[in-house]
Amino acid sequence: MSASTENTYTSAAQALPIGTPRHHIAIFTALLLLLLVAPFVFYPVFIMKILCFALFASALNLLLGFGGLLSFGHAAFFGSASYVTAHAAKVWGLTPEVSILLGTAAAACLGLVIGALAIRRQGIYFAMVTLAFAQMVFFFALQAPFTGGEDGIQAVPRGNLFGLLPLANDMVLYFVVLAIVFGGLLAIYRIIHSPFGQVLKAIRDNEPRSISLGYKVNRYKLAVFVMSATLAGLAGATKALVFQLASLTDVYWTMSGEVVLMTLLGGMGTIFGPFVGAAVIVTMQNYFAGFGAWVTVIQGTIFVISVLLFREGIVGVLSRWIRKPL
Amino acid sequence: MFELLGIPPQALFGQLLLGLINGSFYALLSLGLAVIFGLLNIINFSHGAQYMMGAFLAWMGLTWLGIPYWGALVLVPIAVGATGIVIERLMISRLYQLDHLYGLLLTFGLALVIQGLFRNGFGVSGLPYSIPPQLNGGQNLGFMFLPNYRAWVVLASVVVCFGTWFAIERTRLGAYLRAATENPTLVGAFGINVPRMITLTYGFGVALAAFAGVLAAPIYSVNPNMGADLIIVVFAVVVIGGMGSILGAILTGFGLGIVEGLTKVFYPEASSVAIFVIMAIVLLVKPAGLFGRTA
Repeated sequence: MSASTENTYTSAAQALPIGTPRHHIAIFTALLLLLLVAPFVFYPVFIMKILCFALFASALNLLLGFGGLLSFGHAAFFGSASYVTAHAAKVWGLTPEVSILLGTAAAACLGLVIGALAIRRQGIYFAMVTLAFAQMVFFFALQAPFTGGEDGIQAVPRGNLFGLLPLANDMVLYFVVLAIVFGGLLAIYRIIHSPFGQVLKAIRDNEPRSISLGYKVNRYKLAVFVMSATLAGLAGATKALVFQLASLTDVYWTMSGEVVLMTLLGGMGTIFGPFVGAAVIVTMQNYFAGFGAWVTVIQGTIFVISVLLFREGIVGVLSRWIRKPL
Repeated sequence: MFELLGIPPQALFGQLLLGLINGSFYALLSLGLAVIFGLLNIINFSHGAQYMMGAFLAWMGLTWLGIPYWGALVLVPIAVGATGIVIERLMISRLYQLDHLYGLLLTFGLALVIQGLFRNGFGVSGLPYSIPPQLNGGQNLGFMFLPNYRAWVVLASVVVCFGTWFAIERTRLGAYLRAATENPTLVGAFGINVPRMITLTYGFGVALAAFAGVLAAPIYSVNPNMGADLIIVVFAVVVIGGMGSILGAILTGFGLGIVEGLTKVFYPEASSVAIFVIMAIVLLVKPAGLFGRTA
């Protein structure tokens, strides 16, 4: 990252006081309360979709906003976890918690392999390498016998969590998904504010200097890449159970682009930005679902406007107004 | 007839030709990307969409205005190049002070817009574009049948690629361009209008993509998604070759097309991922790319 872009990361670049800032605790609490009430007001599956994409976008933001690495191939992790979870639940008949763990583990392994190769190039090349590998995963999903090709894996059974909780009930599933996603968001928050996260920001802002200070930069990059891939996988695995479907859409490059858009629109390098971005984009897709390809045009337009006029994102702007990192 | 490793020669040469055709497109597109990257330092994600626009404009010209193939081959690149110039002036030029990633994100958004508009207008099923009458038929070379149009595609691609190489590496204008790539401030101080050069370079790169699109129209069906998947493969080609040299981009493009064709003969299941596997190997062995300079 060059020095000229530092202003886009203002919210994260400000030094934080020791301990968790009080307004962060307040926002997390408010968010949790809101999400506890939401399924009684809105359609639960719709909120679950927002939650899954919020975790997916937050995982990408961990890599992009705090590690300074733009991955254009995160659909590979989201989609492969989704396929493995769907296959484990449907064909092997495993319980939902084991299926999700297997899917997430698959994404972590894939993240280790792709990450180890991708961090050998920087900047724009990094984006192209991740995109190309994600396309390779897409072709694999298209041809491999267990993915069901164009049909995907349909009618995935949700099963009973720990053999007890019937997830076929949308309400029960909702609170399980909420626990998974909220846990994921808190984990990301913890990673960002750990010593590891501070080194990550140092590398993002000035890589040569971090090297000169003795940090093994590539190890940090690989570690954050694997973490990001794992969390993206967790989102994909959960999504497979919510929609009872794993399909090629999940591994296609448009999905990678969508999640970058969510992060950009919400605010790169902010904590709550990806959540807001995911909520806006998913709501928009839901609202315009009947307009066919116009959704693509609108998303492209939002991309262009965000890059030209609105690089801080929604939460980035709010953060500047209240002069506190969000 | 002789057989090579149990493969009949017709199949082998047939796939080699197909690989060479694909290679022609890889070379033209990665050349355009390399030219744009050299001066603008951005990766033009909308390159695939602009290639698709080239094919569509050729189809529109023929169907609505009666412009024949040969006219389209000249007019379409100019028209699409002009849209590129407008895009550069209005949008991309505002991003030069920022991180290069924003250029990638902007052109990605543009690609979505262009593809979405064409999908709305024409649906996703392909439109037919017939081969110009002068190039119908083919030659029987004894060991294989060579369709005239495919031979023309390879020839046109080679001529345009090496023409571009010659213009950049061997002419005065190309010398300005290379100098501006190294140090735009200094070149500007010598009285050369660098911003205009940047604009025209983007237009030229986009025109190359449109030219490839017109060439592709009679071979592949003209449809809004034709550029989207191709451009990702071209990105892999660019990573393998490295964007340091023009000649590198051309040679890598043709070379990888041929390798992909050979994979189709010997191990068809892997043909769609062959280029990505090569990319992984190159990243392990020579991270800067085959012709790349280490940054």
